[in-house]
Amino acid sequence: MSLAMTESRQPGPPQFEDQDLVRSIEESGVRFRVTSTLLLLVILGCWVLFSRQILYGLGVTGLNQPVSWGFYIVNFVFFIGISHAGTLISAILRLSKAEWRRPITRMAEVITVVVLAIGAFHPVLDLGRPERMFNIFTSGRLQSPLLWDVSSISAYFMASTVYLFIPMIPDIAFLRDRGVRPRWFYTFLAWGWQGTPRQHAVLERAIGIMMVLVIPIAVSVHTVISYIFAMTLQPGWHSTIFGPYFVVGAIFSGIAALLVVMIALRKIFHLERYLQEIHFSHLSKLLLVMALLWFYFTFSEYLTAFFGNEPTEMRVFFYKFTGAYAPFYWGMVVCNLVIPVLILSFKKTRRIPGILIASITVVIGMWLERLNIVVPSLANPRLPYPTGFYVPSLVEWGMFVGAIGTFILGFVIFGRLFPLISIWEIREGREKAVAETTKRVKSYLPIVATPRGSGGQEGGDRNEETA
Amino acid sequence: MPRWGMVIDLDRCTGCGACMAACHQENNLAAVGMQQTRDESRAFHWLRLMPEVSGSAPNVKLRFLPQPCFHCDNPPCVRVCPVHATYLGEDGIVGQIYARCIGCRYCMAACPYSAKVFNWYRPIWPGESRRKANPDVSRRPDGVVEKCTFCHHRIMRAKEAARAEGRPLQDGDVTTACAEICPARAITFGDLDDETSRVRELSHSPRAFRLLHDLGTRPKVYYLADKE
Repeated sequence: MSLAMTESRQPGPPQFEDQDLVRSIEESGVRFRVTSTLLLLVILGCWVLFSRQILYGLGVTGLNQPVSWGFYIVNFVFFIGISHAGTLISAILRLSKAEWRRPITRMAEVITVVVLAIGAFHPVLDLGRPERMFNIFTSGRLQSPLLWDVSSISAYFMASTVYLFIPMIPDIAFLRDRGVRPRWFYTFLAWGWQGTPRQHAVLERAIGIMMVLVIPIAVSVHTVISYIFAMTLQPGWHSTIFGPYFVVGAIFSGIAALLVVMIALRKIFHLERYLQEIHFSHLSKLLLVMALLWFYFTFSEYLTAFFGNEPTEMRVFFYKFTGAYAPFYWGMVVCNLVIPVLILSFKKTRRIPGILIASITVVIGMWLERLNIVVPSLANPRLPYPTGFYVPSLVEWGMFVGAIGTFILGFVIFGRLFPLISIWEIREGREKAVAETTKRVKSYLPIVATPRGSGGQEGGDRNEETA
Repeated sequence: MPRWGMVIDLDRCTGCGACMAACHQENNLAAVGMQQTRDESRAFHWLRLMPEVSGSAPNVKLRFLPQPCFHCDNPPCVRVCPVHATYLGEDGIVGQIYARCIGCRYCMAACPYSAKVFNWYRPIWPGESRRKANPDVSRRPDGVVEKCTFCHHRIMRAKEAARAEGRPLQDGDVTTACAEICPARAITFGDLDDETSRVRELSHSPRAFRLLHDLGTRPKVYYLADKE
């Protein structure tokens, strides 16, 4: 990092091109207050509904004797799945030096942190005695997959929060220098960032460590969540591919949620200059690949169950294929496979409206998938006598709405306080990445076949790069 | 250490349901009411009487399987409990610590026999049943999982009585409420490790089988039925 580079980083009205990115922070007004108040009211209403559960116990849900887990666990798995959008995608894109990542990473990381907090709270809602939650820490048993979950999710939450925060430091310092209020807030969070070459080197290194660290943690999170189910002996759950199946589903739903968020924020904050068709096109191709991968896993999972033809497995199988859960099962197939593949396979439909439709159906489809995993296995236990049907109650629906409201509120508040697109990374892209990428691409090309002596310069460059 | 177990003779069982009633009385089970049981599928029993229909018309056979907790030697529910609220005791009884249970219901999801029940609402004991509750058995709060304990309190009482008399525990000293009430004497309770016990003899009978024993859970409740 040259000194000249950092010089040009200094804020100054004449060369500041990214006014669009700070407008929501500096000129927020009525719109923010109205939206956040409305969302807070919705969330408050949901908690009022939930107070019934606090007063009377879990009886107010639709849970019953065989189906002892319902919406809360479905939403837990679903929201934690969405969280893979973020950090994982952004880490992979950063790691693979995908230049088009620059306007995307920040949003992806915010999704992760917000959704992870929401998802991790769901098992607490599901507890019969939430006030005893800390028994997990005082008398926890590492043998239980639930404890693996607690460890893994808390590690992921820490890592993704740090991974969100570290690349934000230069932007926070930038806001501090522009005098955005409350000043103490930005001064505190900027951590004394001055943009010196040493600070830049440390920052790059920290981001480098975090992005490598976050990938295995993210993979472990959804693997371990699948283990909650796969470690039991129940038909439909006791499956070895559950770990990767859940991870694939999580990334799939994560990309879809990211696309929905990007399209929404692009519209609301007028980010058309930053989030262009090309970004959506690239990301939706990734979504298409994940749709096919998801189908591959689903196909393997159900074909093995069907071919093995074990009676207990078949009860769950037919419950989903032709029984009470057929609408949800086939709805899932349509939402996760048919619609996205049809839309995203053709250039003509792979435009923003089409991508929006495909992403929304994938989010719905992945929620249905979680429902299809949790409930049918519980509704068809091995001993066939107690079977049941699960209809969620108003309280459970309320908490679902509340969770979505909290998600939106998280974005509204974040967008009010911090830039939703990384300003310094965009600038870095403008000022540095073009040259860097050209150099990198050149280094992939075959060495010019010239006699030794005259062509030495080019070859020397290349070796440096690969070393 | 004894290894408590149970043998239920299905050819003797008449399906009268006395065992269920006795279990409710003995263990202070809360009354969840008709509406909860029928409409919300929240039947609340430690011991269920499961009708099993086999054969096709006109040769239909109906029999009843009284189904307590099977107190597996390799219990799937114990393995998944995050807080050690359910455990396998030295005497082979799978216990539940109501004061520690956080109500996550993972054990219910993991039990292949669906033997565990959950207190969805604050339990109620209507009428006189609260005053007449068995003082040996604690009443459970709402939001915890509970299950059959093989009448653990009766075992404790019998042990104390035997110690007072200065003799070891003998076969027949302990019996569960369901076994005691059964008019057809279909249920036998005792120590599976005691060479002389009746329950051991019956469990080694060629008529004996266990439910889903191929899962490797090693349940300690045996059923007796004539093979066809």
